Amino acid sequence: MSESSIWFDVIIAVLGGAIRVGTPFLFVSLGECLTEKSGRINLGLEGVLVLSAMAGFGGSYLTGSPWLGVLLAGCAGALLALLHGLLCSLKGVNDIATGIALMLLGAGLAFYLGKGLIQPQAAQIPSIDLGGWSDSQQVQAALRINALFPIGVALAALMAWAMANTRWGLIVRMAGDSSDASRALGYSVNTVRVLATMAGGFIAGLGGASLSLYYPGSWNEGLSSGQGLIAVALVIYAGWQPIMCLWAALLFGGAGALGPALQSVGISAGYHLFNAMPYALTLLILIWTCSPKRSLQGAPMELNVSR
Amino acid sequence: MSGSSSMASAVESIALPILALAGAVLLFGGFVWLGGTSPTETWILLFKGAFGDAFSWQNTLQRSAPLMLTALCVAIPQRAGLMVIGGEGALVLGGLACAGLPYLISPPASAAGTVMVLLAGAAAGAAWIGIVGALRQYRGVNETISSLLMGYLAVALFKHFVEGPMRDPSSLNKPSTLPLDPAILMGLIPGYEVHWGLVWGVACCLIAGFWLYGSTHGFATRVVGGNARAARLVGLPSHRLVITACALGGACAGLAGAIEVSAVHTNANASLIAGLGYTGILVSFVARHNPWAVIPVAILFGGFGSAGSLLQRRLDLPDASVLVLQGFAFVMILASEALRGRLGELLARRPGIPANSLSQVPA
Repeated sequence: MSESSIWFDVIIAVLGGAIRVGTPFLFVSLGECLTEKSGRINLGLEGVLVLSAMAGFGGSYLTGSPWLGVLLAGCAGALLALLHGLLCSLKGVNDIATGIALMLLGAGLAFYLGKGLIQPQAAQIPSIDLGGWSDSQQVQAALRINALFPIGVALAALMAWAMANTRWGLIVRMAGDSSDASRALGYSVNTVRVLATMAGGFIAGLGGASLSLYYPGSWNEGLSSGQGLIAVALVIYAGWQPIMCLWAALLFGGAGALGPALQSVGISAGYHLFNAMPYALTLLILIWTCSPKRSLQGAPMELNVSR
Repeated sequence: MSGSSSMASAVESIALPILALAGAVLLFGGFVWLGGTSPTETWILLFKGAFGDAFSWQNTLQRSAPLMLTALCVAIPQRAGLMVIGGEGALVLGGLACAGLPYLISPPASAAGTVMVLLAGAAAGAAWIGIVGALRQYRGVNETISSLLMGYLAVALFKHFVEGPMRDPSSLNKPSTLPLDPAILMGLIPGYEVHWGLVWGVACCLIAGFWLYGSTHGFATRVVGGNARAARLVGLPSHRLVITACALGGACAGLAGAIEVSAVHTNANASLIAGLGYTGILVSFVARHNPWAVIPVAILFGGFGSAGSLLQRRLDLPDASVLVLQGFAFVMILASEALRGRLGELLARRPGIPANSLSQVPA
């Protein structure tokens, strides 16, 4: 095999991996983006992701329909996120601590209830072939994409549009930027935030379904490697803009696929360092864009991290 | 008047977590009952596994040592006004530094060598979280987020070194570093089946408490954390105080990693990445970031951990039951915060006397 075709393989594998690995990232980051827009951070999306992956797998296994599984995953995610929203509405309850508590609770519930789901096979989410025009096996494999991915892209566009142009979007952004203004206009800040957190949990739950029903496509306890926590970094990276979440998710997905792709052509040194590139990148961007005088650009003003 | 209100708040600080934990244990009983397991048997085993006999006490105490130290990694920076959640990163790097020191120099094969590898771990943790503090002070980078990111970077570095340059060629299935010299390993406290890590953990908590509440430096740190503007106005060196607090917290988490390596694992391997840093965050929150309160809270959570294995063996419950119980406990404890300052009011409320009429009584 010639030198150039090796690099072609790597690039194709990274592009395909960007979509395959990036789809769960896309959903959790959109969910986190919506939650943060309303003024709260939900670190518990990690728990949401694991619980919904289990629920989605279980739903698909029991009903035989992957789409019912996806729906169940979203609902499980929404329920756990609802708990986050309600807890944070109590006086004196910190959203970061609640997130970590729910991360443990979600993982615990998922491992406990999902004990019997480790062996069986469940109906998988269908894939869409976009690579039929090419003769190359690799290109076809890379463009065989998760049917949830286009839904995620549409959702990102919808969220961007709704945030900018609809009454609901404005209410959510107002709750995130100034709770005083919200109250002055007669909206309950807590209600808005609980609903936004819950909707965010539903969206993140779709990412969980993508994990257990498409790639890797099975349920086990090591399924999520912190994607729910990374979502917080992704949203910062994306500057709290849904469309940027899409690119950020693809970038993080691609970076995650780089290590295995290089390994498959025999370059295994620095595997873990390649995997860590996205975090280093986010940190560098933060260091670059922050200054002691002004906090994160584009961050909702009510967010714990901007105060 | 102020005496009685501080008394009431002290009673509340103890009563609220206990009520919350009781609620969590009840809830857990209901949860296992749904799965067809007897709740009473579960409760009995839970207590037995955590505090029932000498063996379970030893297990509990052993598990609580790293939790005390990772909780300090949250509590100390929190006193300086920073919410650091990256203790996991400092812990794994501490473990790596502890296992890595013999690659660079050969520490004496004695207790002095043990202290040297522990200090190497503490130094690594201090540097890591110190960077977080410095980024916050000089660049305005939010410490919660940067410490989370640094935590991932630390885990990646750890895996890179353990599976790459520092790998012991004879560790086949589970990549590990070269084991520490047996003479350097941390031994057991004479007469007990508990390693010295517990003493380190308790000592660090006690010292941190004395430093915060008894020393000028600790007081200055608390002023910076309470009101950064006031601290600047009275001329406190807030940059230095904040970074010092972060470094001290990081040193504790790094020490936790070093203790886990030198007392439990004997080398650095992936078992070190067990979420101890994350549990420490919750221990610190439950202890309301008070280093002294961290000790009993960490022991309690150590108890949950050791009870889990008994539940698994005897009742055939999944090993995740302990995660569920911890999750319930944390949720209840956080929710109980909403009752703070109102518990007395709720108890004192008598039928016929509206609570708010009490405040209208002339003094």
